[in-house]
Amino acid sequence: MHIPDGYFGPTTCIAGFAAMIPVWVIASKKVKKKLQVKQVPLLAIGAAFSFVIMMFNVPIPGGTTGHAVGAVLVAILLGPWAAAIAVTVALVIQAMLFGDGGITAIGANCFNMAFVLPFIGYAVYRIISGKSETTSKRRVIAAGVAGYVGLVMASLCAGMEFGIQPLLHHTLSGRALYCPYGLKIAVPAMVGEHLLFFGWIELIVTALVVKFLQKQEPGLLRTGMEASQ
Amino acid sequence: MKTKNKLWIGLGTLAVISPIGLYLPEKLKAGDAWGEWGPDKIKELVGYIPSGFGKLSSTWNAVMPEYAFKGWEEKGLWHLSFAYIISAVIGVGLCVGGVYLLCKLLAGKER
Repeated sequence: MHIPDGYFGPTTCIAGFAAMIPVWVIASKKVKKKLQVKQVPLLAIGAAFSFVIMMFNVPIPGGTTGHAVGAVLVAILLGPWAAAIAVTVALVIQAMLFGDGGITAIGANCFNMAFVLPFIGYAVYRIISGKSETTSKRRVIAAGVAGYVGLVMASLCAGMEFGIQPLLHHTLSGRALYCPYGLKIAVPAMVGEHLLFFGWIELIVTALVVKFLQKQEPGLLRTGMEASQ
Repeated sequence: MKTKNKLWIGLGTLAVISPIGLYLPEKLKAGDAWGEWGPDKIKELVGYIPSGFGKLSSTWNAVMPEYAFKGWEEKGLWHLSFAYIISAVIGVGLCVGGVYLLCKLLAGKER
């Protein structure tokens, strides 16, 4: 889902940054106000975890690859605003140093993976977990489903962003200037592969780490709730 | 052992085994991720390189493109796996440094 330079025209690139600037500003304020000093290492671990987990490309044999993002996990532990910061840090480093995701597309890529993904995922997690105990099985299921739904929704956004390019930018003869695939191809391709394959990876990763933390330090699973208010 | 230490060890382990994310797609002949093709592949897929794409796609010269050292593209999987681990370690370091710096800047404004 790391959209490279060249796939999005200027309108989408600018819209991506325009959408993310308020998110980054509010997230910074929230993190400053809510995040305690002792939670800073956890935020650093979250950003680093997101970075590394995105390197685990999972292949569809003979097809494409995809990966988990870990954003919902960070949202569960530290709240969605902190997750937005952590994943943004990872995405900016990936784009600038490793050319994974375009520079012009950083806004849009952050919108999909550092905003839509953790926020939708977190909402799903809260709804499913309800008032259940932090150590309950329900929380593990909630975390997994949240990861799955979050990643699929992020892929839907990416698919739509790809898909509107031929509508927005084309030559008189109808040739695309940027991404050549319209909504009818891009949306099913992006959503389909995430529904069938990569969403499940995010599900497994999120649920497993939550399960591990329930045994290790269930207190960590409580702080995300407090930080999100 | 403290949970945070275990998480750090987990991160380190992930960095060391990260070449799995390079090896499996290679062995199972999975191509690029959807919508992340280079100019050559785009031309193969749609028959032309969209002109805006051609201009924008080379906007940025990454220091370690595709988590490898420059000029290592043709080296074997062992070399690339080594570069991948180094990339993971650098990435983890920069993420940690980036978050600490950011938190320091945010906290600093208060005073």
